[in-house]
Amino acid sequence: MNRIAQTFSVLQSNHKKALIPFITAGDPAPALTVELMHSLVNAGSDIIELGVPFSDPMADGPTIQRSSERALKHRVGLHDVLSMVSEFRKENMRTPVVLMGYANPVEAMGYKYFAAQAEKAGIDGVLTVDYPPEECEEWVRCLEQHGLDTIFLLSPTSTQSRIAQVAKLAKGYIYYVSLKGVTGASHLDLKSVALRLEELRAVISIPIGVGFGIRDGKTAGAVAKLADAVVIGSRIIEEIEHSPQNKLLSNVAELVARMREAIDAQRS
Amino acid sequence: MNIYDLPDKQGHFGPYGGVFVAETLISALDELREQYDHYRNNAAFQNEFANELKHYVGRPSPIYHARRWSEHLGGAQILLKREDLNHTGAHKVNNTVGQALLARRMGKSRVIAETGAGQHGVATATVAARYGMQCVVYMGSEDVRRQATNVYRMKLLGAEVVQVKSGSRTLKDALNEAMRDWVTQVENTFYIIGTVAGPHPYPMMVRDFQTVIGTEAKIQMQEAYGKQPDVLIACVGGGSNAIGLFYPYIDDQSVRMIGVEAAGKGLETNKHAATLSKGKPGVLHGNRTYLIQDENGQIIETHSISAGLDYPGVGPEHAWLKDIHRAEYVGVTDDEALAAFHALCRFEGIMPALESSHALAYAAKFAPTLAKNQLILVNLSGRGDKDMATVAQMSGIAL
Repeated sequence: MNRIAQTFSVLQSNHKKALIPFITAGDPAPALTVELMHSLVNAGSDIIELGVPFSDPMADGPTIQRSSERALKHRVGLHDVLSMVSEFRKENMRTPVVLMGYANPVEAMGYKYFAAQAEKAGIDGVLTVDYPPEECEEWVRCLEQHGLDTIFLLSPTSTQSRIAQVAKLAKGYIYYVSLKGVTGASHLDLKSVALRLEELRAVISIPIGVGFGIRDGKTAGAVAKLADAVVIGSRIIEEIEHSPQNKLLSNVAELVARMREAIDAQRS
Repeated sequence: MNIYDLPDKQGHFGPYGGVFVAETLISALDELREQYDHYRNNAAFQNEFANELKHYVGRPSPIYHARRWSEHLGGAQILLKREDLNHTGAHKVNNTVGQALLARRMGKSRVIAETGAGQHGVATATVAARYGMQCVVYMGSEDVRRQATNVYRMKLLGAEVVQVKSGSRTLKDALNEAMRDWVTQVENTFYIIGTVAGPHPYPMMVRDFQTVIGTEAKIQMQEAYGKQPDVLIACVGGGSNAIGLFYPYIDDQSVRMIGVEAAGKGLETNKHAATLSKGKPGVLHGNRTYLIQDENGQIIETHSISAGLDYPGVGPEHAWLKDIHRAEYVGVTDDEALAAFHALCRFEGIMPALESSHALAYAAKFAPTLAKNQLILVNLSGRGDKDMATVAQMSGIAL
């Protein structure tokens, strides 16, 4: 059993839901990323989604785009992101790390080479936003050969046939985008999420995480009641953006701890 | 003989094209593809399109023999396909009329567009006014600053212009932002992309709407000269005017096709926009194609004197035509384009757009290598009034 499956299995037996924070590698500075990852874990995170900076993050809102731009000012590339995860693994062999990003940096590196390096670095899953299932069968096979899970997005507008198609390829967990739009939007409709998750569960056997639009403990708790995992991105990036350097780690840790508490309070 | 019939059902031109977008956009693209597949072969739709092109755009655009300039150059005869005479002054409007008609049939009351120099934005604002649609145009704040007149034109036409302040604040960022708008308001919104890039079906659909250029040319050449040109030359940014001219000729191997990219300050510098000459294949804006990128796969800012060619990608069909050697792609520098701009003004009394001046500059180099009875057809894709400030500035003149 790989780290992602292991994590969900332990959580399940403890009747807990996963908390998955997202940060962009290299934001606000490359030297802080590994430390930030450790503090996310210490504050109660179960899986870390680590963003690979890209110059044209088409599916992201302004907050995550700015974090990408800050990282790119330091010229953080995919090689650097892999090194950061290797560094993180020196102290943490338990917490799954999922890389999240766009196709072009992976293609520039060569995806076979990338998959081998990602395995070596201790990465567990990869979510490539602009690789929909019909364009990436070879990619999924390649990641599989290196023990990496391919994480896919599903959205409120995904059709039944599409959900079935994704269900066949997806490994690790499904990332359900809870609203129409881009990351960082602020209107999440819990009722429609609940209905949608029921439909997804009929077809999908792996855990389902919900993200986009989760900005406070109350929403995080409510989502935890419905989903297997709560993904929080833009809200954490905002905290990084607005914190003075000397308060950055503690502010982010406090935010994540509050989310953790809210999620655990919803335990069924 | 092989009949060229790309793209395939998933929008591939060989390894290029396709649909590389986030899941959130898939249903919008599915809807567009289904609807376009239907109207593509619908006689009523095609008749309406042809009627609009005739009475609103002013087609067919003539083919003009640049006799004095050809004589001066001393070689092949240079013919100009006069897209600059279209309503709004460029080929862009062929496509925006087509997409706006489709939007209307799909029941979308709001259209959005990205624009660099503002030409596609103006062409979109124009048709939105014509069909009574709400129109929002995304434009990089850097471009808004450089192209104040076009911003005002769009506003006069009733469009809202949104400044994009992310990334390099130019065309590619405007495209990102328009995609984001579309994801959020897909029920009532139609995204009118201005070139043969983006996810399927855009490269095919925009090509189809621009193909009127080459289809007319074939008829006009036969009527006026009794034969087809030896060479076609067109500038390539995203590549919509070039594919519009080339496409009807692809199966006619006796016609050479040359696409001219912006070599900016020179192909050996890093200040150019010559994607096919200097880029590498990758994935951007929903399709696989050649891209100007660094070793980390980050998209790099491009440079050209002509804002319309200043784009780090290129239509996937051009990428394929390059790989199979059906079309050739060359570069022309800012200075060469500028010289051709002045030449056409002086020899023919036609002021070309700086984009089109790239095609003209290559024709000027190429014509003397051919015989006097050979014919070069250059796509004069737009008029140059919009570029007067840039040209004056390059000549050290304050207007």
